[in-house]
Amino acid sequence: MSTTTEAPPTPSPPPPRQSRRAGAGRLAAALVTPTMLVLALVVAYPVLAAFRLAFYQKKDGIDPETGLLEQGETFVGLENFTDMLVGDAGDRFRNALFNTTSFTVVAVSIEVVLGVLMALVMHRAFKGRALVRAAILVPWAVPTAIAGLLWRWIFQADGVVNKVLDLETPILWTTDGFQAWVAVVIADTWKTAPFIGLLVLAGLQVISNEVYEAAKLDGASPWKTFWAITLPLVKPTLLVAVLFRILDTLRMFDLPFTLIGPGKDATDTITVIAYEEAVKFGKYGPASAYSVFLFLYVAVVAFVFVKLLGADVLGTRAGKKGR
Amino acid sequence: MVTQGRVLRGAALAAALVLGVSACGSSDSGSPDGGAGNTPAALEGVGPISFVTGKDLSGNLQNQIDEWNKSHPDQQATLIELPEDADAQRQQFVQNAQTQSDAYTVLNLDVIWTAEFAANQWVEQLPESEFPLDKLLPTTVETAKYFDKLYGVPVDSDGGLLYYRKDLLDAAGLTPPTTWAELTDACGKIQPTNPGLQCYAGQFEKYEGLTVNFSEAVNSAGGVVVGEDGKPNVNTPEAKKGLDFLVEGVKSGQIPAAARTYKEEEGRRAFQAGELLFHRQWPYQYAKASATDGSSQVAGKFAVAPLPGLDGPGASTLGGHNYAVSKFAKNKKSAVDFIKFLVGEDQQRANLEKTSKAPTWAALYDDPALVEKFPYLVELKKSIEKAEKRPAVVKYQEVSTAIQSAVYDAMGGTTSSEDALKSLQGKLEELTKQ
Repeated sequence: MSTTTEAPPTPSPPPPRQSRRAGAGRLAAALVTPTMLVLALVVAYPVLAAFRLAFYQKKDGIDPETGLLEQGETFVGLENFTDMLVGDAGDRFRNALFNTTSFTVVAVSIEVVLGVLMALVMHRAFKGRALVRAAILVPWAVPTAIAGLLWRWIFQADGVVNKVLDLETPILWTTDGFQAWVAVVIADTWKTAPFIGLLVLAGLQVISNEVYEAAKLDGASPWKTFWAITLPLVKPTLLVAVLFRILDTLRMFDLPFTLIGPGKDATDTITVIAYEEAVKFGKYGPASAYSVFLFLYVAVVAFVFVKLLGADVLGTRAGKKGR
Repeated sequence: MVTQGRVLRGAALAAALVLGVSACGSSDSGSPDGGAGNTPAALEGVGPISFVTGKDLSGNLQNQIDEWNKSHPDQQATLIELPEDADAQRQQFVQNAQTQSDAYTVLNLDVIWTAEFAANQWVEQLPESEFPLDKLLPTTVETAKYFDKLYGVPVDSDGGLLYYRKDLLDAAGLTPPTTWAELTDACGKIQPTNPGLQCYAGQFEKYEGLTVNFSEAVNSAGGVVVGEDGKPNVNTPEAKKGLDFLVEGVKSGQIPAAARTYKEEEGRRAFQAGELLFHRQWPYQYAKASATDGSSQVAGKFAVAPLPGLDGPGASTLGGHNYAVSKFAKNKKSAVDFIKFLVGEDQQRANLEKTSKAPTWAALYDDPALVEKFPYLVELKKSIEKAEKRPAVVKYQEVSTAIQSAVYDAMGGTTSSEDALKSLQGKLEELTKQ
């Protein structure tokens, strides 16, 4: 039979396929290399440089004769990190960490509620819907730094807010204290609730109308429909939106900086104090340590969020289900 | 489409994560030690130069540069304007120095930066004999010195003045206060008949202006913030009296609560709206508050006096700018000549006339024609001659931030002035130890 003679060829098909695959692999590698190089340059290098800087400190000894500063930097091991957790600088850092976290938890919670409401409004068919959609999106289109300045104007001692509230003693929103924290939360909510609204709206639009019709036939109340149908079906989109907002808010800089001003205990976030250390004081070591901490903090939060709530950030869910 | 969107968002997420922490520049790895003796190395090189300054609001700088360029065709100067905000200016100067770029030749530095720039060897030591220093107000020259060496040439100055409502004081038969007690009395007499009128304000927002106002209060009570020997000394009865003027002022309402949000411009608006009886402010307010186009309610109704103090006239904090030469520039001889040209009497006179910036050339303050045009010059000269410079320390930014923190909390009532000064003294000792 010819089977014996045909036996050898059986393994032979793979080699050409492999080599073709290897060839394709090489081509792919060649095609991807420029992108990877650019990424290495603009992403990997700065991150690694920041990690390295976090272990160094600028020398700051002064020559008592000439008053000139020592030059260069010294390796200080983990000192920048230990300073961050204990001691004087530690208070400032822990306070900033608390602000960063509290802003994130409170602001994002409010934004989710408002954002979903906005999406529900935008989703309904009614006259002037286009106008409402455009109006809701305006805050999102305003650059944050500009929004910060506008809100500063609104919150100043003789500003609109105090005129409207018409209190006996006007609230000094931009002075250090709880009111400054509230002002930042208000401005941040105004600015980014539309972002959640927009993403949720996209999620709403893919929900089939038949599901709602079925619910109606079964006599479900609007409230029940929302909890049992709308929310579960919009959840994947909503989770991605929330994750984005959380990561964004953890890095919040512009609003506290422009609306309240740096150096206020109630609103200084980690990025604000990192900026102050690096740009104002020229101390890149501690600034990098703060940034590295924030980097890890953000990474951990994102990881936990994805694991716990199953946010489908990379769009892999469909593939997994298919298996 | 949805999936694609998600992938894109995923990529955006990764990028956002990374960019969030990579916003830090790398630090300067140090330059070889330039041997600095007591006599500066000769500054050489003739040719084109650049003149770098904060945003020129007056519009006169280009005229001055054009005039120089006309007579020095082979040493053309070009103007580089930086942002109006002082912190942003400093940031660019520092970056230029850290990269050792020769793009900037002549630097227009705020007086408070002298120590930092000199100690880091970012600017050249200048030969004193080259400049007419004896013709300038002595206090302004001091601001350009670090460890007794000259690192800049003062070209404009600034001193705080007490703006007061002359109409109201005259009506009550009062003269401008020379002490804090007199100021309080005047408010007590005038405020009851003028509802809505606040007593006193300065710059009390948490920024550099608060350091200025605190230093003034301490100096005016006979104390010092950082002494001549470079050592801080704020845990003293004098400093406490100075701080208490501000703290008690807020407590009693003599300083309106809203003033804790005032920088220069917020305070100016309040004064021009007729809401303030007394206002500690720089000379620039004079022209704006005198405007008769309706923007100022107090035009013709106010005048200026030296700042009051504890037992007599107080001491202002010195502002202003010095011109320095970048260590990393080419054509340093041209730079020196250019500074000499700008600091000369003719240029300073022209500058005063066009921009009303306070000159450093002493004789200009006694020129009858100029005094007639700028009536505040007489008081301003007194203010500047008596003025104290702010701490001349290398870590000025950190020192100033510590001061702002302590004073802001004390004025907000969250700490007592005693505790605030005690912990401030500790922080300043840490920051100024050598």
